Amino acid sequence: MDILEIFLTASFWTAAIRIASPLIFATMGELICERAGVLNLGIEGIMVAGAFTGWFGAYMGMGLWGGVALAMATGMLFGLVHSTLTVPLGLSQHVVGLGVTLLATSLTYFCYRVALPEVTSPPKIEAFQVWEVPVLSEIPVLGPALFAQTPLTYLAFATVAVVAYGLYRTPLGLAIRAAGENPAAVAAQGLSVTGLRMGAVIVGSGLMAVGGAFLTMSAFDSFFFEMVNGRGWICIALVVFGAWRPGKALLGAILFAAFDAFQIRLQQTPLGAQVPYQIFLMLPYFLSILALVAMSRRAEVPAALMVPFNRGDR
Amino acid sequence: MRLEPIANPSMARTLVPPAAALVATVVIASLLAMVAGGNPFRVLGLIIEGAVGSRFALLETLNRATPLIFTGLAVAVAFRAKLWNIGAEAQLYAGAVMAVVLGTGALAWPAFALLPTMAAAAMLAGAVILLVPALLKTRLGVDEVVTTLLFNFIFLLFVSYLLEGPMKDPMGMGWPKSPRLIAEARLPRIVDGLRLHWGFGLALIAAGVVWVINTRTTLGYEMRAVGQNAEAARFAGIPVGRVIVKTALLSGGLAALAGFSEVSGLKGSLTLDLSPGFGYSGIIVAMLALLNPLGVVAAALFVAGIFVGADSMSRAVGVPTYLADIMLATALLLMVLAILLTRFRILRE
Amino acid sequence: MTGAEAAQVVLRLDGITKTFGALVANDNVSLALEKGEVIALLGENGAGKTTLMNILFGQYTADAGTVEVFGQRLPPGTPRAALEAGVGMVHQHFTLADNLSVLDNIVLGAERLWSARSDRRGARARVAALAERFRLRVDPDARVGALTVGERQRVEILKALYRDARILILDEPTAVLTPQETDDLFDTLRQAIAQGLSVVFISHKLHEVMSIAHRVLILRHGKLVAERQVARTNPRELASLMVGAEVTAPAVAPSEPGASILHLDAVSTPDRGSAPGLRDVTLDLRAGQIVGLAGVSGNGQAELAALIGGLCVPETGTLRLDGESPSRWTPHEAVQSGIARIPEDRHKTGTIADFTLTENAILECYRDGPFSARGWMNWRAADRFARGVIDSYDVRCPGPGTRIRLLSGGNMQKLILGRVLEPGPRIILANQPVRGLDIGAVNYVHGRLLEARARGAAILLISEDLDEIMRLSDVIHVISEGRLSPGFARGSMGAAELGVWMAGHGFDEETRHAS
Repeated sequence: MDILEIFLTASFWTAAIRIASPLIFATMGELICERAGVLNLGIEGIMVAGAFTGWFGAYMGMGLWGGVALAMATGMLFGLVHSTLTVPLGLSQHVVGLGVTLLATSLTYFCYRVALPEVTSPPKIEAFQVWEVPVLSEIPVLGPALFAQTPLTYLAFATVAVVAYGLYRTPLGLAIRAAGENPAAVAAQGLSVTGLRMGAVIVGSGLMAVGGAFLTMSAFDSFFFEMVNGRGWICIALVVFGAWRPGKALLGAILFAAFDAFQIRLQQTPLGAQVPYQIFLMLPYFLSILALVAMSRRAEVPAALMVPFNRGDR
Repeated sequence: MRLEPIANPSMARTLVPPAAALVATVVIASLLAMVAGGNPFRVLGLIIEGAVGSRFALLETLNRATPLIFTGLAVAVAFRAKLWNIGAEAQLYAGAVMAVVLGTGALAWPAFALLPTMAAAAMLAGAVILLVPALLKTRLGVDEVVTTLLFNFIFLLFVSYLLEGPMKDPMGMGWPKSPRLIAEARLPRIVDGLRLHWGFGLALIAAGVVWVINTRTTLGYEMRAVGQNAEAARFAGIPVGRVIVKTALLSGGLAALAGFSEVSGLKGSLTLDLSPGFGYSGIIVAMLALLNPLGVVAAALFVAGIFVGADSMSRAVGVPTYLADIMLATALLLMVLAILLTRFRILRE
Repeated sequence: MTGAEAAQVVLRLDGITKTFGALVANDNVSLALEKGEVIALLGENGAGKTTLMNILFGQYTADAGTVEVFGQRLPPGTPRAALEAGVGMVHQHFTLADNLSVLDNIVLGAERLWSARSDRRGARARVAALAERFRLRVDPDARVGALTVGERQRVEILKALYRDARILILDEPTAVLTPQETDDLFDTLRQAIAQGLSVVFISHKLHEVMSIAHRVLILRHGKLVAERQVARTNPRELASLMVGAEVTAPAVAPSEPGASILHLDAVSTPDRGSAPGLRDVTLDLRAGQIVGLAGVSGNGQAELAALIGGLCVPETGTLRLDGESPSRWTPHEAVQSGIARIPEDRHKTGTIADFTLTENAILECYRDGPFSARGWMNWRAADRFARGVIDSYDVRCPGPGTRIRLLSGGNMQKLILGRVLEPGPRIILANQPVRGLDIGAVNYVHGRLLEARARGAAILLISEDLDEIMRLSDVIHVISEGRLSPGFARGSMGAAELGVWMAGHGFDEETRHAS
């Protein structure tokens, strides 16, 4: 197959959008947190926890959407832990975030082992099925990519729209953005910075967990250790790449996923077969670092990101 | 709610919260042990016994503590200067790779010359690995948390490539594994017959050296100044960028010594499971030690004891070993909270 | 309103007491504000004015006492209640988000938080109407970060008016304004009073209080010590009430300037964000002379201080020390060349809060003997130096091992003063050296600066307080948008004339004359 032809196949773009979906959820989650002024390094662990609970919920007969809801609730619970420590108590967002990642990851693995002590290979669930939008899915190339996906992918795109609308068109969104720019301005208007920030972290963490659940409930149909594999950290890079704007972050996630889908296909070409596969696997991480470097000069970081706010400070 | 600093905290103020954090950690672990169907007292007892209950257990704990002291020091040094090095894992593997490159016959030197060369080369490799994120931070303002984290994944893939390609052991029967180190490249045991190698001694020395650097040298003073208030440090004429780079070199070098010591002292060859996350556990060690290099030794022993004890407990009663990771993550979070409570009063308003 | 002419009390504070640890910030303060009235709260820094207003506004909770607005008692500790009751506050440090638009900043918090849509069109129309009515011109779509200080203040006032404030609290509103902008502000306030608003005006500037207020309340050490009708008092009386005892400021005798030590020749530096860089600045610092730099903050003072302090180098033009241009110019070189630098912000740039006094004392010289040699610290020498500074500069502290965060602002400033003056510098760069200090500490710092002048140091005094500049300086320059006015000799210019320069007028004429 000619390398450039890859870009013209429907299966390539379909795969790209599928790969992008969990990143979109988690990136939106992180974006909400950071817009409110909190860096959430718990993202990696929260995605692991969401991947497990979503899948496990479905496995236990809660139904697929029940599983998604359980994942969301799990994420929100870790968001509550994170935000309680970082917002009213103002503890280091770096340390707490890493702590939450370690805690969520180890708790997940522990629960998995306790819940399924005897199994050697994890059981499968009936995952989300592709739901083709009539007519639209018949558009060449882009039709199947955008309109022949699982419901969770549609939900991911809907999430971007909701987050964008919420942040830019509602009073609550304005308050959240202001909390990330100058919390004193929010407090002076009688709004609770603590409440806004905690709320943002909790909801954002919930979205991260849904991103994790996508992996076990839509992309695959089972839970494996190490399956999140740094996606959380990549999402943090995507937020920076998207300059803290939902639309640009979405674009970044799709670009990134397209690149990922491309390298998978490139591996299968005669040219790709000559290169060690590890090089291909490294590329997404390199790409993330490059994105950070490229945006470092222009990025409009929320002014109060990582700055704790304490009412009555003197 | 408001935090009010306490000017002169009482003895109880300084001691009770950390103690309560430890108790709470144990309580949470007990509850989880019960969830997993174990008797909490027996589980905790088995962990302690498995960590320090016999000569074998004790030596195992000391061995496990060795890489943790190095990575703990690496993190403590970096965090003290507010350089968020989360990449100790990659730096550890860099050190291990250098140990293999020089220690598998490339240099046919006697041990007294070969071992220091290997250690120095390992430090250099680890330093270079962290240099890139440090320069990206100082030159371009790229956040080092994400870059160091991503480097972990990149470097592990690189090691995987090495072990399946240029560095693969021809006698390894297809396993991705490096050839074994030559005898001169192995760190000797401290006492004949006891399974404890000089890597542990080197770790203790490293802790002492870092302590001296922190308290007695201009570099230590500069690192603390930059970490606590970079703006004031810059104003006073401390070359902030250069201090961060020096910190990175020291931190990366220390983490790399963990890889060198594991390969040269314990394992004898490099595999992809050389480190079960020593780089990440180093963060816990450093935080529990309050970034104090001597405290790192104690914290590393504690963390290693939990890991070793949990392994043996799990074999006995089947409660998953991840209990150890949970205990440590909980201890980390509760400890930063406890330290806050030793210094601030929480007022309700 | 019914025919009764009896004044309506709109705001009543009763028995407000507030302590922070051992400090009594407000001690049983009571006051009442009438409709259409402007009262001034007058007091020194630290007298408790801001604390009192923060309690009124619900940002602090009082230990005792009540707040009543329009006869309704306000629940303590919620700014929301104060806002809804019609109290609007313009803080000393603006509470605006720089990266958001003016409109965003104004409507923030004004709408129901959970409504599904913000009504931008309606908001825009209301802001335009208010701007018209109170003559507060400002572009609603501009980024706040791009506005001048005066414009930002207009946004703050609009914000309060947008929320139907009927009582305006202004905390030191003129501290950052040029005299002309101050006049504009007063016009707006008179407009507001005419429309039935009431104003609490916090200040320590006597002439402003005299010009805008009807009634003056004087706070000292947290207590309300006096109340005067403006019509029946004078600045002299207010000054002595404010300070309490008669405090004598150090007398300033004219000086005999010596040789030029530091000279800037047509220096320019690049702009930094919205802050202008220096434009073609020529400045001469001579031995035994205090040069005052007047100007509204954010007009290039920080850049000039950074340049002389070694934190940046000229983009064009030259900096000369004793006639020679240094090849390297860093903070270390600046200190080595005998420049003492008193930074603008002693908390953020002057000290490291968790370092001990000793560690802070050697911050600029730890690399030099005797404090270190070949990379090894000599803590004994450092301790000796710190003890010397503590003794000679009257730093009140438990000892050199104390963390500096536990010291008061005045004692912190004395340590900085000792750190930079002890080596006997030839040049002193004093950037806002007395900001936030009580009058005793102010006189101490000024005394030390005059002492240094007497022994031949060249001093550059940067301050936003025109009175301080006019009292101490032998020569005054005004800085505006990075340009430097010619030097005016002591006594040759009044505040009003300097104010014209501060507002940016006069520079163009200057250029025209030159060309």
